[in-house]
Amino acid sequence: MASLTLYPEDERLVGASRVAFNLYMITAIGLFVILMIIGLTMRLSQAMWFEVQVDLFYKLLSMHGTGMVGTAALSTTAVMWYFLRKYVNLHLWAFITNYVLFMLGAVCIIVAIFIGDYGALWTFLYPLPVNGMGLWSSYTAALFMAGNLLIGVGSLLFYFDAAAAIIKKHGNLGRALGVQWLFKGTIDPNHPKAVVASTMVIIANSLGILAGAVVLVMSLINVFYPDMHLDALLAKNLTYWFGHMYINATIYMGVIAVYELLPRYTGKPYAISRPFIWSWSASTLFVIIVYPHHLMMDFAQPQWLTIMGQVISWSAGFPVFLVTTFGALQNLHRSGIKWKTPSRFMILSLFGWAAGIVPAILDGTVRNNLVMHNTQWVPGHFHFYLVLGVLSMVLALMFHVTGSRTQTPPNSSADKIGFSFYLIGGLVFVLAFLAAGHMSVARRMATHLEQWIPTDKMGSIGATILILGMIYFAVRISIGLLRSPSSSQATGASSSSSSQ
Amino acid sequence: MYLQDVIWTIALTGMSLVALGFLLIIFRASKQADEATRAASNATARKLKTWMFGILLLIFVSGSWATLHDYPIVFQDGSSGQQAVTVVGRMWSWDVIPDTIRTGVPIEFQVTSEDVNHGFAIYDPNGRILSQTQAMPGYTNRLHYTFSQPGTYTIQCLEFCGMGHAPMSYPLEVVAKGGM
Repeated sequence: MASLTLYPEDERLVGASRVAFNLYMITAIGLFVILMIIGLTMRLSQAMWFEVQVDLFYKLLSMHGTGMVGTAALSTTAVMWYFLRKYVNLHLWAFITNYVLFMLGAVCIIVAIFIGDYGALWTFLYPLPVNGMGLWSSYTAALFMAGNLLIGVGSLLFYFDAAAAIIKKHGNLGRALGVQWLFKGTIDPNHPKAVVASTMVIIANSLGILAGAVVLVMSLINVFYPDMHLDALLAKNLTYWFGHMYINATIYMGVIAVYELLPRYTGKPYAISRPFIWSWSASTLFVIIVYPHHLMMDFAQPQWLTIMGQVISWSAGFPVFLVTTFGALQNLHRSGIKWKTPSRFMILSLFGWAAGIVPAILDGTVRNNLVMHNTQWVPGHFHFYLVLGVLSMVLALMFHVTGSRTQTPPNSSADKIGFSFYLIGGLVFVLAFLAAGHMSVARRMATHLEQWIPTDKMGSIGATILILGMIYFAVRISIGLLRSPSSSQATGASSSSSSQ
Repeated sequence: MYLQDVIWTIALTGMSLVALGFLLIIFRASKQADEATRAASNATARKLKTWMFGILLLIFVSGSWATLHDYPIVFQDGSSGQQAVTVVGRMWSWDVIPDTIRTGVPIEFQVTSEDVNHGFAIYDPNGRILSQTQAMPGYTNRLHYTFSQPGTYTIQCLEFCGMGHAPMSYPLEVVAKGGM
């Protein structure tokens, strides 16, 4: 069972661990701000408030998408590592190697986009990357794909190290996931939720990354041997199998922060249960087989796959609503919580996830997809659960850790103002996308029709407010993480912990 | 009424209900319950969870049946005998043959691509999407649609296909039955 001590001794960051964690989180929050500003630039351009050339727009879009997905993965990997290391013996070299490979991959991607002029988006949907129409070369596309491969290899390395550590402790991944308690038996109350969630991520995302690696290698072969064509539908299946799992894994890694930290702030135990085990076992299966909802408009796809995409999309709502959200709200109810910045972000993150899944499920319905696919409805729902959901989970942990020096969670007036900016700006920003999608505004377009501009303006205003809050958080968190640990932490002496 | 308006209404209702649930709990969070009250709350929560499961299950079953029993995409195993319109997408233009069609006539759009993935979306004169499919190299997707109103519709690419993606549109003339 997760600790109720606010800053337990076994979570203390010292030496190389502290450096590695700070590298991950300061890099991530800096990248988030830069990539948000890139996103705002595109929205301002669509709103006709700022001029961006068409070729630059698609380069910015490629950078924003690739960067945000990668940075979400980087930061939530740090969340998973931060908690999982308490329960199993993770190797720090694997965690650091993942960071190094991520940075190398990021350099390849940045060079491909801003020097090589690559503009075929993060989805690198075959055969667009090798059809640059003179704007970028095949070798530029190869560099972009190689960058993605490096990032994928880093993630796999981290997952395999975590898998080995989990298997060593729990015997196999099934037992770590808790499947032995699905139907019978007394659940070990000390079985960590962090282990359950991490195991799910390792199983699903390793498969996803391998699928991504296959299509990337196939595409790279096509770059150098153009006569070897790929089947476009197979390539698309592999791309979205990878893409869906990779970005969804960020939610499942990020939510570990809520499972671990929320009971400390409410002061109420948040025990593991059979519905929880069922929820995560089912989610493991769901996240692996739900990806066909991205290919509903590919009518050549076998019909059973498309129907499965809808049925599983709808099913995925059960664990989110009935177990994670309900359980967290039950833990919060009448707890006597004294609100701090991390707890505010935890509850916001669950709202972002739960509310964001509503338009996502609607879009994952074949009939609706006929009129909503590739409209701004799609960035509307994924920004909902990524900005208000996943990023809030990461911010909750970042803020929590900045308080470790004084063993006091941050809760300044400036934090409250920043949180208000983030919440209000975020809501306006995502609702502008959803409203636009409802009006059939297409996504991924550098130039917009005149009748589309009002929602572009609304989105730009929301994004500006959101980013103001985020810039404050980035400065506040970076300084907080960089400040020297307290003398008791530096010497490794036991420090007093407080609980609520 | 457009299907999009129904979806928007359901989404706003669903998201508002989620927000309401959060606000109700947040307003009660700061006051700490004693053990007896907490036990009673837990019992209430268990009942509420059972009810929520039942309601979600009902929505799942009835919604799946309502949206899937009359499957909205035609079988792709051959021509249906409807009037065929061949559509070929390429970077960055459309070939549509014939480019004028009549109201009330069931149309089968046979959509493919010569190069990369494109999205074939039909916008009505009010600028709302009526239906769509993907245009994919090596495959032909068959989309059925019957126009009820004459006017100038727009075929718009909805799958990002490079620099010329946004302007990749084509006017589709729909004339009243007997008007050709």
